Amino acid sequence: MFKVIKFSMVLVALGMAGCSSLGVQPWERDLLAKEEMSLSAGATDLALDDHIYFSKEGTSGGRGFAGGGCGCN
Amino acid sequence: MQLKKTSIKKALFAASCSLLAGNSVAKDWDFDAALMYYGESDRVQAIEGIFKANRTLKDDREFSSKLVVDSLTGASANGAVPQTSAQTFTTPSGNGQYTAGAGETPLDDSFLDTRVQVAAQWSQPLGEKYIVSTGANFSNEYDYQSAAFNSSIGRYLNNKNTTVSLGLSYAMDSVDAVGGRPVGLSTMVVDEGQFANAEAFQAAFDATRQSGGEDGKDTVDVVLGLTQVINRRWITQFNISLSEVDGYLTDPYKVVSQVDTSGLSVNQLYENRPGTRSKQAFFAQSKYHFEKSVWDISYRLTNDDWGIQSHTIESRYHFLLSNNRYIEPHVRFYQQSEADFYTPFLREGESLPEFASADYRIGKLNTYTLGVKYGKKLENGREYGVRLEYYSQAPQSVGVEPLGQLESLDLYPSLDAVILQFDYKF
Repeated sequence: MFKVIKFSMVLVALGMAGCSSLGVQPWERDLLAKEEMSLSAGATDLALDDHIYFSKEGTSGGRGFAGGGCGCN
Repeated sequence: MQLKKTSIKKALFAASCSLLAGNSVAKDWDFDAALMYYGESDRVQAIEGIFKANRTLKDDREFSSKLVVDSLTGASANGAVPQTSAQTFTTPSGNGQYTAGAGETPLDDSFLDTRVQVAAQWSQPLGEKYIVSTGANFSNEYDYQSAAFNSSIGRYLNNKNTTVSLGLSYAMDSVDAVGGRPVGLSTMVVDEGQFANAEAFQAAFDATRQSGGEDGKDTVDVVLGLTQVINRRWITQFNISLSEVDGYLTDPYKVVSQVDTSGLSVNQLYENRPGTRSKQAFFAQSKYHFEKSVWDISYRLTNDDWGIQSHTIESRYHFLLSNNRYIEPHVRFYQQSEADFYTPFLREGESLPEFASADYRIGKLNTYTLGVKYGKKLENGREYGVRLEYYSQAPQSVGVEPLGQLESLDLYPSLDAVILQFDYKF
């Protein structure tokens, strides 16, 4: 049960440790500000895909809330 | 030289936009409409439409709303094993029958539903360092209702290059199963002329239905997130999700066959799943901007106390073409292990387990998706896109030895589907 949590914690801890030296200055955000670089780009496609995979597979969520909302599984 | 000037101007414009303390100007409404067709060969067909309306207000406050309507029709595997001769089943309502021919995967063709979902979300900065968001989601279908509420808070760190967030969601679902909720592992009553009259059949059918008990489920989700800008071209995201589900988690329309030593199906038992499920997920995503393309790759690991563990790898490669057009190939690979109580069938004469399901969706399963999207950005923020995908499911053997006639039959039939989607932003 705690396998996923442990794995995640280690990765996140490693990530956090390196975070302070990463990143850009505000004037270097030209590419990051583009719509296709948004982490939620293609949100409609992702929502439609989530509904399909939620209905047809045994696991869901991860990107956002796993939630209910559908009697399809 | 002219080109260079333009790109410097563009870079300066983008930089000055980013330097502003936020978007202090209200934008008009943005709309996003999409229509999707999902079709399985000989099984489920679905049409789903989404209409979204977003409005960015002063100071980066944002309101978004969504209406989703989908309609399903066709046939769905009921969980029973195929046989070398035809089989007859009672429909979930008890008012009819359906059959599966010799060698065919039993499919319940009384599958028909329309779902309507509405959602609204509000998000806004809270001072310089925080962003908060809250929303609600309601959905209604013939036999299922859901209401969900969510809230999240994000904290910017390291010059907004790092964002840590915490999200909570609570969903209340209620199940109003057609024909009522079956008693777990009770035997499906099939009218083969053995009943004196319709009342006698109805009495036998009613005896397989629950009179009380849990008819809904509650879901609590917690998502911890970390978003990190690596450099000018690269952004990453990491999420840890915990989910607790409590209530009626059984599929009231699925059965498990009970077979004798010759593989002959002697009874169909209504499946029974545990009343709780604890799930954990780890999700990592990376987006990298090459010169003329953006590569989005993600990995998800999930685990739960039903014994299902899954791995998902997904990649979208967004090629920026001339004239604001783009093409985006998409691949996704998914693999899951089976739930502890999954079994393709039960053996007659052996004591019944507490829980059992033959639903292939919680069995051992590999799937993959291949697709491509083509789109074009037009003037004034308008954009259209067309997406075509192929989805393939290959249920895997869980090592249960097939008995008698089952040796020659397909206990793990594969399934293929096509997805076609149009969308338009304006």
